[in-house]
Amino acid sequence: MTTGGTETALPPAAYTPALMARYFDERSYAVVRAACARLIPTDQDPGAEEAGVVDYIDGLLGAFASDPPLIWAGGPFSGRFGGAPGFATFHRLTPAEELAWRTRIEGSLGIPERERLGPVVGLQERYQAGISALGDDFCDVGPEEQDERLRRHDSFTSLLLEHACEGMYGAPEYGGNRDLVGWRYIDYLGDVQPRGYSDEEVSQP
Amino acid sequence: MSRDFDVIVVGSGPGGSTAADVLTAAGKSVVVFERGRNRLIDLDNPSELLYEFSNDEIKFWSRHFLGPDPWLEPRTFRLREEDGPRTHVGEVNNLPATVGGGGVHADGKLPRFREDDFRMLSELGPVEGASLADWPLDYDELEPCYAEAERLVGVAGEAGANPFAAWRSGPYPMPPGAPMYCAVLTTAAAERLGYHPYPAPTGCNSVPYDGRPACNNCGFCGYFGCPIHAKGDPVASLRRALMTGKAALRPDAFVSRILVENGRATGVEWIDLDGERHIETADSVVLAAGAMETPRLLLLSGFDHPMIGRNLMFHFQTLTFGQLPVRVHAHKGRSVTHAHDDHIVVTSGARAAAAEAGLPFIKGGLVEHGGAAHPTLEAKFYPWGPTHKEMMRASPMRDHLVGFTMQGEDLPQPTNRVDLDPDVRDVHGFPVARVTYHPHRHELVASAFYAPKLEAILREAGAVWARSTTSPDVSGPAMDGRRKMGSVPASRHVVGTCRMGSDPATSVCDEWGRLHSTPNVVVCDSSPFPTGAGYGPTLTLVALAIRNARALAG
Repeated sequence: MTTGGTETALPPAAYTPALMARYFDERSYAVVRAACARLIPTDQDPGAEEAGVVDYIDGLLGAFASDPPLIWAGGPFSGRFGGAPGFATFHRLTPAEELAWRTRIEGSLGIPERERLGPVVGLQERYQAGISALGDDFCDVGPEEQDERLRRHDSFTSLLLEHACEGMYGAPEYGGNRDLVGWRYIDYLGDVQPRGYSDEEVSQP
Repeated sequence: MSRDFDVIVVGSGPGGSTAADVLTAAGKSVVVFERGRNRLIDLDNPSELLYEFSNDEIKFWSRHFLGPDPWLEPRTFRLREEDGPRTHVGEVNNLPATVGGGGVHADGKLPRFREDDFRMLSELGPVEGASLADWPLDYDELEPCYAEAERLVGVAGEAGANPFAAWRSGPYPMPPGAPMYCAVLTTAAAERLGYHPYPAPTGCNSVPYDGRPACNNCGFCGYFGCPIHAKGDPVASLRRALMTGKAALRPDAFVSRILVENGRATGVEWIDLDGERHIETADSVVLAAGAMETPRLLLLSGFDHPMIGRNLMFHFQTLTFGQLPVRVHAHKGRSVTHAHDDHIVVTSGARAAAAEAGLPFIKGGLVEHGGAAHPTLEAKFYPWGPTHKEMMRASPMRDHLVGFTMQGEDLPQPTNRVDLDPDVRDVHGFPVARVTYHPHRHELVASAFYAPKLEAILREAGAVWARSTTSPDVSGPAMDGRRKMGSVPASRHVVGTCRMGSDPATSVCDEWGRLHSTPNVVVCDSSPFPTGAGYGPTLTLVALAIRNARALAG
């Protein structure tokens, strides 16, 4: 009844390292990268390190370094299963949407129109505080000490984990999930339009 | 007074789009206002659709692509008045604010109500503390509109498969789509226990329909816009309305006030993207902003009927999950392909449980058979460290979880309401909708009665464990006076806030959706429902919109 395709594996994707950070300075980038590697570690399968999760987070915190900003990837298809690739063309925001996202990311910074619901601590400030709390020497201490610090700063680690999951398992156009490593190791195809799944793939074991 | 259109429609969701379709077909000119963005139809060439939706968890789950942005347009919540002005600011039942409204995000389960649902008070009531009422119309009157709604939207289903369904005058327009593997397992188990599961009537094309393709089972359904427009979202009715040349659609246009002179609406005030205020005049106004925003707009406009906003109902959801040993790949297929209605019917067992609790009856709701789907959401549930990777590979949640959502009937209570928050403003500077909602004891008793039955089905299906929770979460500290976010209902099914009836003292609008006070304002969404039934409201509100808009067209 439906027209699902027949390919059963993810197509290969090019390795595209971030050329330069959008938001993080070198030290912050290194700390976040090392912290993410503890949250989603590399074992027999790639982890946050190989997925470039830090680049996803850098893309969110530095979303407005691009125009249009890296908030909503385009559609309808990525091109990974046919169709013209549209994800990499991000949507434009309305002035109100830009206000909301700048407030969320940069914080309200005392700007009256950003404080309608009260002051907002932005993601950038939360990351700066979290990175400081993890310590300048975070990259140099051993993994047990790193884990101890992550446990001690639990609220920042929760934020980091949320973003790390998005960067590991979200669409690679946002900067993470490089070479689709997050999808490959869990045997997941990700965005399958316009191929979809056949009726047999849906209904059979 | 000069005017450009016969009718102003506020809201482009299933109700407003249907009204626009019916009114333009009857020769009326219509302008549809939508506060959100247009991602659905090329307004310069309405035969062409836009393709901005995608299989993208970040865009839809994490970043509010369908709107509303909870910071720009928040709502507020409290369980009871005595909790103070509010206990939560942000997302409260955020049905999409986008062209197509709630129809865009839904996975399109479109059941009809049953005959009994239209006469709840006389069949089952009264219930202390609840304001049960019969509808001012019955199922037989609405049946032709149900049939028409199914054709307009495009519903796939199997007539006769559900022994508890109301009578129908004909078959569904399309056969059911492919059953999800998890539903194959749970429906077989339910049948072995004597229940009657059936293919859920779904607004997803199982075959090409109305110029749109068949669903290809991509799995990004509920909470996602359909990338290929195979879903029965309001694109069909909006497109037809626009192609008559008699309709205009204004996205990014927030209607802030209905203008009234001498008991008649003369038009609306609206605000554009730049914050500029405008006036649009017309002979009539159709209100289809949803059961949260419709009462809010009436209150913002100075309407003062004491029943506006009252009797707000959600569905009291019982969520039962179990883990199967086999992988069920619930990310393939529509979000839900099967349901059963056995727990809507008031059986002798349910009567006994009700009597024990001092209630005249208990009703559950439609039970949806589904599974989990996407890895980003799954991953956020797992702990970090080496365990994270092990759990993602084993995937006890995404790939082994099966479950039921029972859309439990929520009894109307006048104390459950939408009003204007006294302090919190939206980005345009207007008071936001405040929700005061606490479930009736009926819902808790019904949930406690049915949850073990749902868990038993999952065990029969082979689940190694099964357990239940509810939304709103009424277990533990959330209910003892220390409020938590978990008390905000997750249900997107919201009805009842402008009750219809024949008595202007106890109802806001009449059986044709016309405000008693201002009859050229016609409500065409789920606000007029006197009771909520145990079924999603969309098909019923579309059927009512057909009936009301046709009456308005004359």
